[in-house]
Amino acid sequence: MDKFSRRKFVATIGAATVAPASALLKAAPAEAVAPQQMAQRGSATLPAKPLYLFFNLAEAAFIESACERLIPADESGPGALGAGVPNYLDKQLGGAWGSGERLYRSGPWQSGSPSQGYQLPFTPAELFHVALRAVNRNFESQGAAFGTLSAEAQDAYLKTLEAGGVDLDGVPSAVFFDMLLRMSIEGFFSDPVYGGNRDMVAWRMIGFPGAYADYYEAIDRHGEKFAREPMSIGEDALRHVHIDPNIPASL
Amino acid sequence: MVQRLKEVDVVIVGVGMVGSIVAKELAAAGYKVVGLERGEARFTVPEFQSPAVHDELRFDIRKALMQDNTREPVTFRNASSETALPVRRWESFLPGTGLGGSMVHWNGQTYRFQANDFELATRTKERYGKNFLDKDVTIQDWGVTYAELEPHYDRFEYLLGTSGKAGNIKGEIQPGGDPHESPRSREYPTPPQKEHFQGALFRKAATSLGYHPFPQPSSNLSQPYTNPEGVKLNACVFCGFCERYACEHYAKSTPQTVILPVLLANSNFELRTGCQVQRINLDSSKKKATGVTYIDTAGREFEQPASLVITASFALNNVRMLLLSGIGKPYNPQSGTGVVGRNYAYQTMSSVAAFFDQDVIINPFMASGASGTLINDFAGDNFDHSGLGFIGGAFIGAVNTNGRPIQYHPVPPGTPAWGQGWKEAVVKHYNHTVMFSLHGSSVSTRQNYLDLDPTYRDAWGQPLLRMTFDFPQNDLKMAAYVTAKGVEIGKAMGAKLVAGAPRKAPYTTTVYQTTHNTGGTVMGNDPRTSVVNRYLQSWDVPNVFVIGASAYPQNASWNPTDTLGALTYWAIDALKNRYLKNPGRLVSA
Repeated sequence: MDKFSRRKFVATIGAATVAPASALLKAAPAEAVAPQQMAQRGSATLPAKPLYLFFNLAEAAFIESACERLIPADESGPGALGAGVPNYLDKQLGGAWGSGERLYRSGPWQSGSPSQGYQLPFTPAELFHVALRAVNRNFESQGAAFGTLSAEAQDAYLKTLEAGGVDLDGVPSAVFFDMLLRMSIEGFFSDPVYGGNRDMVAWRMIGFPGAYADYYEAIDRHGEKFAREPMSIGEDALRHVHIDPNIPASL
Repeated sequence: MVQRLKEVDVVIVGVGMVGSIVAKELAAAGYKVVGLERGEARFTVPEFQSPAVHDELRFDIRKALMQDNTREPVTFRNASSETALPVRRWESFLPGTGLGGSMVHWNGQTYRFQANDFELATRTKERYGKNFLDKDVTIQDWGVTYAELEPHYDRFEYLLGTSGKAGNIKGEIQPGGDPHESPRSREYPTPPQKEHFQGALFRKAATSLGYHPFPQPSSNLSQPYTNPEGVKLNACVFCGFCERYACEHYAKSTPQTVILPVLLANSNFELRTGCQVQRINLDSSKKKATGVTYIDTAGREFEQPASLVITASFALNNVRMLLLSGIGKPYNPQSGTGVVGRNYAYQTMSSVAAFFDQDVIINPFMASGASGTLINDFAGDNFDHSGLGFIGGAFIGAVNTNGRPIQYHPVPPGTPAWGQGWKEAVVKHYNHTVMFSLHGSSVSTRQNYLDLDPTYRDAWGQPLLRMTFDFPQNDLKMAAYVTAKGVEIGKAMGAKLVAGAPRKAPYTTTVYQTTHNTGGTVMGNDPRTSVVNRYLQSWDVPNVFVIGASAYPQNASWNPTDTLGALTYWAIDALKNRYLKNPGRLVSA
C-alpha cells in the first residue's frame, strides 16, 4: 500500500476545487470558521436546556442520561447530549413520527416471528411514554434516579433492557431499547434542521459533507481528503441554519 | 354512486417507467390513452430540488417516496405453516409511488441479463443433467430469447442514455468491457462514469486475481445527452443521494427525464393522478376486460371503460391486481397448480466489507448510484457449477453508492452496538472502508408464492397481498460460495480486515436487501405454468397485458430494470404491429 501512505504530500481537495457559482452564494471558505468559533456561535444561539414538548421532566432526565451512554462524548467530539439528540427524539416523538407516520396500524394484533418485524399496537409516542413510566417507576422505588448512577451501572441497566425479558408495562424492553438506539443514531447523524446533530458535530467527526452535492472534480482524485465544512439543508449564505433547531419543520 | 366515464382505447394502471413508455408509443400511434397513477404528479422542478432533497432522514429513513404502507402494505410469512402478518414498516424492499414510479428513486444500475438466463431450465439441464437441481426448484424458460430482446434492450438503453463500456459487440470482445456479456449490437450511448476510489482499488485487485473487472453500466450519465425522443439530460455530479432519492440535476434517467415531457405534450394522452385502481372489470364471459374501476383522492368512484387494459405497476401490485380482478387461476402451493402468484422470486444479496488503514481515504460520499466497478466472473452461469450443488451466481463489485451516515457507518464484526466502543469504531472506519455488493440470483421454488391475505385489508377494504417467502437452499449455497470469492478480492486489495456476510436464512422483512421483487405473473409458452404469453398478454383475458418484473420466471444475477425496459418495448412491438391491428390472442393457447 505504498501508494497510499504518502499522506503528508497529498493536498486536500476542498479548498483547491473550483467552487460552482451556487456554492459561492451558499458557502464561506472551509477555513473561515474554526471549530471553536462554530462552537461559540452554537452556544450563543441555543438555549442552555432544550425546550421539551413531548417528554415530561422525569422522562427527559432518563432520555438525556441514556442517550449519552449510547453515544458518549469522547476525544472525537460531543456525544448524544452535546449533539442535541434528546431534542431530536422529543420533536420526532411529539410529531407525526410519534403518532404513527408510515406505520400500518390495522389489527388484528398478534406477535410474530422476528422476520415479521414490529407487530405491537403502540405508536412510537405511546411506546415511549409507557416504557419510560415503567423505567422511572423502577428507579423511584429504588430511590435513585438513573442519571445519578455511575456510568458502569447505567450501562449495565441499559444492557438488561437491550437483552430483553424485562416487561415495561407491556412494552418488551428490547423493543424499547432498539427504538431508542435507532432514533439516537438518527438524531446524531440527521440534518440539524431536525434538532439533533447540532452544528453538524457528528458530520464533522466522520468527515461527511452533509447536503453538499458536487464531487464531479473531486471523485477521481483518489485518496485525497475532502476538507470542506459540511452543509445543512437549512443553511443560508452566512451558514446559519434557518430553522430553530429546537422547533424544527417536521413538527 | 359510480360515475361511468367515456370509453377510451387504452387504460394503463400505473404511470411509472413502463406506463410512460407504453403510453407514449400508443398515443403517438393515434390511440386515446388514459394513464391512472395512484400517487401525485411530481417533476424535477419544483419537487426534486436541492438542498431539500438531500435529506437522509426524510428520504432514507422515513421513506418519503415510497408506497403508502399505512394504507397499502403487504403481509408476510416465511412459510405457509405460519400466519402472515402485515409488514407494518417498509424495510426489506421499497416500492415507490407517484408519477414516474419506483424508477424515480432507483440507482440507475442498468444491466442486461445474459442469453442463458432466458433459457435457464433448458440450459441447466443440458449442461448439468436433469437431476442437478433441488426438488423444490421451479425455474423455467421465459418463452423469449436474448436475441429477440436485443434490439429492445438497445432501444431502452438509448432512451436512458446509459453510460458504460461494451464488452461484446456482435461477438467481438471489447477491451475494458464485460467479456461475459451476451453480444450487443453497438456501444453504450455514453461512455462510463468516472471511477470512484473503491472501484479503482477493486479493479486492481480483481485483475491481479485474473478476473475481468468493468465499469458499472449507469443511467446516471457521464456526459450531457439528448435521447432519441429529443429529451436532454445532464452529467451526474456524484452527489451521493441516488437510491431512495429523486435527482435534482436531470442526470438520472427516470420517466421525468427521458420520456414524460414528450408523453405529456401528446393530446391523445390523459394523465390522472390520485387514482387508486380497485380492479379490472370483466364482462360476463370473464374472458374480456371492459375497463377498470378506480377511486380518486376525494373518495369518488369511477368506471373507466377501455378496449385494452395494461397493468404497468410494480411487480407485487401487478400480481395483486390480477388476483383482485379474478384474472387467471391463483397458484396453490399444495397441489402445485394455478399460476397467478406462482414463482415469486427475489434477489440474494450478500456483502463484503474491507477495512483499511487510516491513510487510505475513501470518501464514500462521492458516488452515483452506479459508478462502481465489478466482475461477472461468478455471475449467472459464467463459471462451472459442476459439483457445487447450486445454479446461479452474483456479480461482485465495489458498487458503493453513498456515505449517508445514518445508514452508512461500517464497523468490523464484534464491535459493540453502542457506547464508546461503537462510536470510536464509527469514527475510525467511516472514511477508510470499502463495501462490496454481491448481487445474487434467485431461483423460484414451489413454496415461495404470492396470494391474497385472508385477514388484513387496505384502506379501501380490499385484501392485501400475502407474501410467503424464504431463501431456497440453492441460493444460500450460492451466497456462501460467491461471498468466499469476494473475501479473496478484499484481501487482494490489501485491506487490514475483510469481513464477508453471506446472506443467511431466514429471510427477514426488517433489513433492507433490495427492491427487486419478481414473478407472480410469469411469462412463458405454456398456460399451465405462465400467466401471460411471450408478449405479456394474459392467457385468460386477451385484452389485458401485464408488463412488469412480475413476468420474470426467476430472477438473474443483475438488477432487473434494463430487462424490464427491453420487455416493455418487445410487448409494445407486438401491441402496435399485431394486436391493435387485429385484437385477439397473439399465441394460441
